[in-house]
Amino acid sequence: MISRRRLLQTTAASAALWAARGLPARAANAPGVTDKEIKFGQTMPYSGPASSYGAIGKAELAYFKKINDEGGINGRMLNLLSLDDGYSPPKTVEQIRRLVEQDQVAFIFQSLGTPPNSAIQKYLNDRKVPHLFVATGATKWNDPKHFPWTIGWQPNYQTEGHIYAKYLLINKPDAKIGILYQNDDYGKDYVVGLKDGLGDKAKTMIVKEESYETSDPTIDSQIVSLQASGADTFLNATTPKFAAQAIRKAYDIGWKPLHFLNNVSISVSSVLTPAGLEKSVGVITADYRKDPTDPRWKDDPGYKQWLEFMKKYMPDADLGDNDYPYGMMVAMTMVQVLKQCGSDLSRENIMKEAANLHDLEMPMLLPGIKVNTGPDNFAPIKQMQLQRFNGKSWELFGDVIMG
Amino acid sequence: MGALSETETAAPKREVARLSVSTWRRIGLGLALALALVVPFWASGYHTFQLTLVTVYAIALMGLNLLTGYNGQISLGHGAFYAIGAYVTAVLVHKAGVPYWATVPVAGLVCLGTGFLFGLPALRLEGLYLALATFALALVTPQILKFKNFGSWTGGVQGILMDKPDAPWGLPLDSDQWLYFLCLALALPLFWAARNMVASRSGRAMVAIRDHPIAAASMGVNTALTKSLTFGVSAFYTGIAGSLGGIVVGFVAPDSFSILLSLSFLVGVVVGGLASIWGALFGALFIVFVPNYADQISDLLGERAKALPWAIYGLLLIAFMYLMPTGVVGLLRAVAARLVAAADTARSSRRVEP
Repeated sequence: MISRRRLLQTTAASAALWAARGLPARAANAPGVTDKEIKFGQTMPYSGPASSYGAIGKAELAYFKKINDEGGINGRMLNLLSLDDGYSPPKTVEQIRRLVEQDQVAFIFQSLGTPPNSAIQKYLNDRKVPHLFVATGATKWNDPKHFPWTIGWQPNYQTEGHIYAKYLLINKPDAKIGILYQNDDYGKDYVVGLKDGLGDKAKTMIVKEESYETSDPTIDSQIVSLQASGADTFLNATTPKFAAQAIRKAYDIGWKPLHFLNNVSISVSSVLTPAGLEKSVGVITADYRKDPTDPRWKDDPGYKQWLEFMKKYMPDADLGDNDYPYGMMVAMTMVQVLKQCGSDLSRENIMKEAANLHDLEMPMLLPGIKVNTGPDNFAPIKQMQLQRFNGKSWELFGDVIMG
Repeated sequence: MGALSETETAAPKREVARLSVSTWRRIGLGLALALALVVPFWASGYHTFQLTLVTVYAIALMGLNLLTGYNGQISLGHGAFYAIGAYVTAVLVHKAGVPYWATVPVAGLVCLGTGFLFGLPALRLEGLYLALATFALALVTPQILKFKNFGSWTGGVQGILMDKPDAPWGLPLDSDQWLYFLCLALALPLFWAARNMVASRSGRAMVAIRDHPIAAASMGVNTALTKSLTFGVSAFYTGIAGSLGGIVVGFVAPDSFSILLSLSFLVGVVVGGLASIWGALFGALFIVFVPNYADQISDLLGERAKALPWAIYGLLLIAFMYLMPTGVVGLLRAVAARLVAAADTARSSRRVEP
């Protein structure tokens, strides 16, 4: 047993020690943090079925190199250990355990993919390791009550569904909506988001829901039955190949609904061109990023800032790839969090500051769209703006909408 | 006269040398086992987890080795049985509340049945055609797991999360150590059974079918049944491994069981050594560790080399096959044979000199 006097003595002594060193009593810095370096980790699919997303990891490494060239953050260099998991959850678990237990990283940043992140979420939360800005559009990352150490970044599919619902409630409250969605969590998230956004009116406004499997050869019959249902508004929650088919089929059978195409399939070159540019006129979608191929941004200061970074740090990269602006902006968000942490780089404080971002603007976000987080808000980007296809490119219209 | 006496004495001496090889092998086995038992007490949790995966993959490779190494049938689809094993466990634990340990034999038996039934028609296909049929199985499995009508069972694309089990009976082990010993405790009897099986009559029938199917049939071996049964037993091993893999990782999803898994099983079996019991272990070490090294080596080439891990992996694989065309075990056998021969000549020359 420790006697009361002994306890008091020890407490006094340690308090004196703190006072003597002039330091506030606070949690120790996270593992991986030294006076010279902040070490953190991620998994990326540099190989395997999703390897095209590896561009994101490369952009992030390049951006942190730029920060280091400029002197780091408070004199500390950023050292991102980016490991390949091949988009295979068991490999993700192995690599994340290596990062946390062997390499002793301070936190995990931007691991990519919904299944890989699902596999590590509980492990990281049990160990209280920040699991920051995961690179997936699923809605489940915004759950601070159950997973206070996991936070998302990009607008999730439900948010986008909310935005379409908001637009409809104001501009077309008597719409008869037909939905086509991919039958998995991604497609269902859109349906949930739309219904949630429509609220009580969802039951009357949605007249038909059709789904398809990725293994289906075409979705022609679904389009025909959506037209037959009398729908005058179409939510097209499909991946690129099916999105192109849907646009073309609707046009060919003379169905002319108000057509909402999900953000997943907004590529002009891989969706609208195969569907037929003239058949795609009038299609509406929502976005939060500046399209790097859109000539409208040629003289935009944000675009120029991005271009300058790319030319210096990724001179060989394809400038049309949307993943590079994405990677740079998530890396910028991370830098902001670490700057806000100041000298307290404990895991608690890193997580606290990740959930303490206010009106952060980014060079390649659409004007007016800002990054915001809070203790109850683990979905950093919730705003999007609608745009309509004019036969050549996307044309923004209306205000930025909060999902 | 001199020459004759030398050949007379050489035969018993070889016998002695061979005996000592098997003694050495036994000593080595004992040491390896002792090492396997103490390793988790000084290795970190992460390394213990990796070694658990090695054990799990070794069981799967043992299964594939029975089929490919001993019976000569190439399967590009064993990842499918691994997936079925993992999903049987996950669904039983998650939906039916069955304790995780009780699901392991169920997973094995389900795979035994599936493997046998798949084997019946598929094994009429020979060689490359069977490889293609099993390849289709591996391609189809992740899609079936995502299929909407099974979604309420399989969890669709999101998969199923499982809690990591703690050590029972108040054993002073953490969860990683417990899972390691659980997998080891299952791997050892499975390896022992495989060893006994290939040394038995059915094992000889398997090998006979591989080496000369017509001769085997004319000797009275029921080739169709033997092949189907081998396929079933092989799937049984892989299914048990899948079940353990699901428990160890704590998560199953269709993306965990891509075609790449099936291919790396085949790579593991060939690299470790076809038709050898210990080949499975070396193969498992290869498929767990070499991709990591490849990633690290490509990192050394700078940030822009991030696209290269598979190129490095390929080079390592070619190097392995060039240096040890019969696998790791083949190399070890060759080295052992050299040592025995060297010992033989050393001894006989010593004998002759005086």
